[in-house]
Amino acid sequence: MTNAIEIKGLRKEYKGFTLEDVTFDVPQGYIMGLIGPNGAGKTTIIKLLMNLIRRDAGEVRVFGLDNLRHEPEVKARIGFVYDVPRFHDDVKLAVIASAVAPFYKKWDDALFRRLMEEFELPAKTTFKKLSHGQKMKFSLALALAHDADLILMDEPTAGLDPVFRFELLERLRAIIQNERKTVLFSSHITTDLERVADHITFINEGRIVFSAAKDEVLETWGVVKAGPDVLRPTDVPGSRGAKRTDYGIEILTSDLARARAELGGRAVYDKATLEDIMFYISRGNGHA
Amino acid sequence: MKIIISNSSPDPIYEQVTRQIKGQIISGDLKEGDPLPSIRKLAQDLQISVITTKRAYEELHKEGFVDAVEGKGSFVAMQNKELLREKKMKLVEEKMIEAVEEARLLGITLAELREMLTLLFKERD
Repeated sequence: MTNAIEIKGLRKEYKGFTLEDVTFDVPQGYIMGLIGPNGAGKTTIIKLLMNLIRRDAGEVRVFGLDNLRHEPEVKARIGFVYDVPRFHDDVKLAVIASAVAPFYKKWDDALFRRLMEEFELPAKTTFKKLSHGQKMKFSLALALAHDADLILMDEPTAGLDPVFRFELLERLRAIIQNERKTVLFSSHITTDLERVADHITFINEGRIVFSAAKDEVLETWGVVKAGPDVLRPTDVPGSRGAKRTDYGIEILTSDLARARAELGGRAVYDKATLEDIMFYISRGNGHA
Repeated sequence: MKIIISNSSPDPIYEQVTRQIKGQIISGDLKEGDPLPSIRKLAQDLQISVITTKRAYEELHKEGFVDAVEGKGSFVAMQNKELLREKKMKLVEEKMIEAVEEARLLGITLAELREMLTLLFKERD
């Protein structure tokens, strides 16, 4: 499998927050979801990929090329969609597009017009008249029209209503019908990722928790539930976080099969959703 | 081809896909040489991961239900009649195992289960 992105030992230090030892690959031809609570470091990773901020250490390769040394080549192949797309407010969409087009060798004007129609975007409207969802679509149309091989989106679904979100996710699936194309998008809306992602990279407090195929994660992780005083988090193999109530304890495990084999009838076993995983991990072990 | 994915089913999604395609090959709804949709197309239509459909097709290929032709896609493989019957028997066996396990959970005895089966079998005669 070839990788569209390879990230090794990435580090960025801010006051009060450090992104540390971030290492993962994004395989070409798939959708990778970057997931984590707010403030986990998702946007920092994307900004480092785009070289919008300076990294303190580590290496980023996009299509095998160093993203700093080959910045122009790399960026020509990336379609970047900001969480809040920004263009001049009083300029018509068609004018924005014709200003953007010359920056890309592979700009396809016919494709752009087709996408505008498909997304029901009026070319003669000014940018400020668009809704948030329309701005997102316009931004995506620009990215697709220059035939980007890597679509990079930061929280594209945040603030969109369910209909728009669904449409956008469907669009992402359509992009990878072409197996040369890759999508990386960040989201804290786990159901979006559960629906479309092929791979998931989970980040918490500036560190990668795991980066794996979504199916594998959903098949191996689970939640072990037991009455009060029956189990401690340390009793459960692969324990990654817990929640206590007066009535019992729920423990997240990265190895549900082993937990079930070892603990047997002492507990009840459920599959974990991405939401469960995010919740328990960001909460940590035990201090409830 | 008809495939319905249930998100509340305890079975993994790839298994749901394999089982349903297998079922349609065994029942004859899908015939020898029929083309299957591409892995990516099926993933898009079912709104599931490409990895999931890939795994489902790999299973079908491994079990001899589907041939993969380089650059052309996947097709329903030629089915040996005897093998097909064997596969069908296996399917029946799997369903019966399921029934036995459920019965055990409920404390139903073998005699009771046998009686139920006899009744059901006759009912549909």
